[in-house]
Amino acid sequence: MSASTPFALLANASSLPWAEVPEWPVDEFVRAAANELARGARLCAWFGVPEAGATRLVAVLAFDADNTLATARSRPFTGGYHSLTPAHPQAHLFEREVWEQHGLTPEGHPWLKPVRRTAGDAPTNGDFFRVDGCEIHEVAVGPVHAGIIEPGHFRFQCAGEEVLHLEIALGYQHRGVEEALAGGPHRATLSQMETVAGDATIAHATAHATIMEALAGTEAPLRAQWLRAIALELERLANHTGDLGALANDVAFLPTSSACGKIRGDFLNLTALICGNRFGRGLVRPGGGRHDLEAERAARLTRQLQVALADTEQAVAWLWDAASVRSRFEDVGTVFPSQAAEIGLVGLAARACGLVRDVRYDHPAGWHRFAQASVVVWPSGDVFARARVRSLEIQRSGAFLLDQLASPPDGELYQEPTAPAPDTLAVSLVEGWRGEVCHVALTDAVGRFRRYKIVDPSFHNWTGLALALRGAAISDFPICNKSFNLSYCGFDL
Amino acid sequence: MNTVLELIFRLAWWLILAPLLPGIINKVKAWVAGRRGPPVLQLYYDLARLWRKSVVMSTLASPGFVIGPAVAWVALLGAVILVPLGPAGAALSFRGDVLLMLYLLALARFCTAWAAMETGSAFEGMGAAREVSYAVLAEAAMVAAMLSLCVQTGSVSLATMLAPSAGAGAVLLAAGLFTVLLAENCRVPFDDPNTHLELTMIHEAMILDHSGPPLAVILHGASMKLLLFSVLLTEAVLPMGDLSPFAATGVLLGGVLTATVGVGLVESLLARFAFQRVPLLLTTAVLLCLFALLVAWKGGAA
Repeated sequence: MSASTPFALLANASSLPWAEVPEWPVDEFVRAAANELARGARLCAWFGVPEAGATRLVAVLAFDADNTLATARSRPFTGGYHSLTPAHPQAHLFEREVWEQHGLTPEGHPWLKPVRRTAGDAPTNGDFFRVDGCEIHEVAVGPVHAGIIEPGHFRFQCAGEEVLHLEIALGYQHRGVEEALAGGPHRATLSQMETVAGDATIAHATAHATIMEALAGTEAPLRAQWLRAIALELERLANHTGDLGALANDVAFLPTSSACGKIRGDFLNLTALICGNRFGRGLVRPGGGRHDLEAERAARLTRQLQVALADTEQAVAWLWDAASVRSRFEDVGTVFPSQAAEIGLVGLAARACGLVRDVRYDHPAGWHRFAQASVVVWPSGDVFARARVRSLEIQRSGAFLLDQLASPPDGELYQEPTAPAPDTLAVSLVEGWRGEVCHVALTDAVGRFRRYKIVDPSFHNWTGLALALRGAAISDFPICNKSFNLSYCGFDL
Repeated sequence: MNTVLELIFRLAWWLILAPLLPGIINKVKAWVAGRRGPPVLQLYYDLARLWRKSVVMSTLASPGFVIGPAVAWVALLGAVILVPLGPAGAALSFRGDVLLMLYLLALARFCTAWAAMETGSAFEGMGAAREVSYAVLAEAAMVAAMLSLCVQTGSVSLATMLAPSAGAGAVLLAAGLFTVLLAENCRVPFDDPNTHLELTMIHEAMILDHSGPPLAVILHGASMKLLLFSVLLTEAVLPMGDLSPFAATGVLLGGVLTATVGVGLVESLLARFAFQRVPLLLTTAVLLCLFALLVAWKGGAA
């Protein structure tokens, strides 16, 4: 079906000259995008590119079934355009973001308010959706939380213990990551990319490195791609294990909670074994990597990995064997598959709703073109499903890692990339542990970044959390939240 | 002189021993999880620290914010004075003291909820609402348990009620009272005393805004309540009156320790229930106590 699309097609981790991206007047552009979305495309990125006092809109779509991406742009314009959101809710945050950054008004947007800031004020200073009625009470949580977590504000409309509506206001950690990239890459760029979301360092660093390589028209050496794939799965293992422990902790189930906290550290130490940093900082860089994994250390890694995997297996088995835990997880915080598709959920949250969405499988790039772990899907969409997908992915990632560690490719680890091509658009998707990390770069006439767009999976998925809470008990919010475990800073950028 | 000394010993048992129980529970939990855990005396340190701190008051709160915890603590102290300590008996014992004890416990709950509502915060309001809704069932179970003891012994004074064992219904009563103990003291599976998540708290949510000495008073009162329920449980189930004073003291201490370790094990091995399921478990406790009543009434006569 994508064969007939007017959009320009490109594969993941590739680039396209800016001139070859089709350009239409904005009305036609929005209509074309709506058509593609209606035919099952997914919105990966939707952003503005300033040009001579006006702004162009750029859309990056994914045709998952066809394993291809598509892109198009509008002519520069100012003022308003016909909003996509009423027909395609997955566009709602993107349109709000464009409105906030470039002042382009999506006409007909049902809930137009800032995404990250209100002209100099705190993020909560907008209007919140209110439910009327004498028995309705409003509960405001955050931005300062009881645990050691990031700041975010949650506004619940409740009837007794039942949540009727939840609105989430983020943006407290807006650091200006995208703005800092303009005119780049700078010396600090790689470090900044590694901290877009600190727990997804490998995913974001890989996406950025891939962009740089795509812009240069090269690829990292195979051995570097192999090492990136290994580090990505280690990151997934550490975070999934930590999340299962945190979920157990939230329902006061101590055995798994205590064990998983420790095992998460074991997995992080494996990343440290490769590059010296537990979160994988410095492991990925454009052109390859600096830290090789020679045979002796690879063997050590394999041994320690086997031990940690066996420990995880045991700790997770306790969780599934406890009826009291299952009764807490089942039918709590359900997101229905139709909702998930509508709001464009990605990553494990989408897979827990029965949607087969995995960049490693749908849009393989790098080492994943040669070696794949099977996609884990669970149909029920509740907390149980999200926990279950995590535990199954731990098994699959573990098996994948043991497989890959046994057969490393030979060769160089680093190859100096050439200078980025001028006036080129590059797209890179990476399946981080939360889901699809999307980086899009557009270079100017001298090959510097004219616009760099980052879409963290959390940007898609926070809406899923809000929907999961509808009709749920407010006391179930913590386990619903933990089952998504979305990034605040990845959203705030 | 003797009376004064006795009273001092009694108060020492209740006031000084009480904060040990949460420490034991935490030690058991840490031990099961393979951790070292906080010191057994941690609550004593916490109380001392809180007592030295100043109080942060909401500008909205009325004096009830501080009076509530104080009255609750005094009510709990009054309740424990009425509970007999094995061979030593109660400091104060009269016909119908069991009713006074139940009412004092209810007064303590009322005052804690009152102080919570004083802050005008949604969290405290939710916590208070949850506390009193579950209390409806927990108190029913407690009343049924006391009633079965009354029927069993034909007395309405705690000292005589608690002396013999609960007879054939002892097992039912033990299960029922242990469930009430967990619910009344906000332990897993009803509440999670360790949680930092305001939205899921019951008791903890009510005291979020308290600080300094009022918080210390609340925490100390909670530990006294835990001790009171473990003593009640032990004495209701075991035939304390038939033992020599020395053996009875040992049994009492052993019973309290067993109940405390039991709480720790439950917390280690069981996840917390969803709020919708809590009434089910509490209803089970009510039924257990009602069946104990039935056994005492029909079985005792046969």
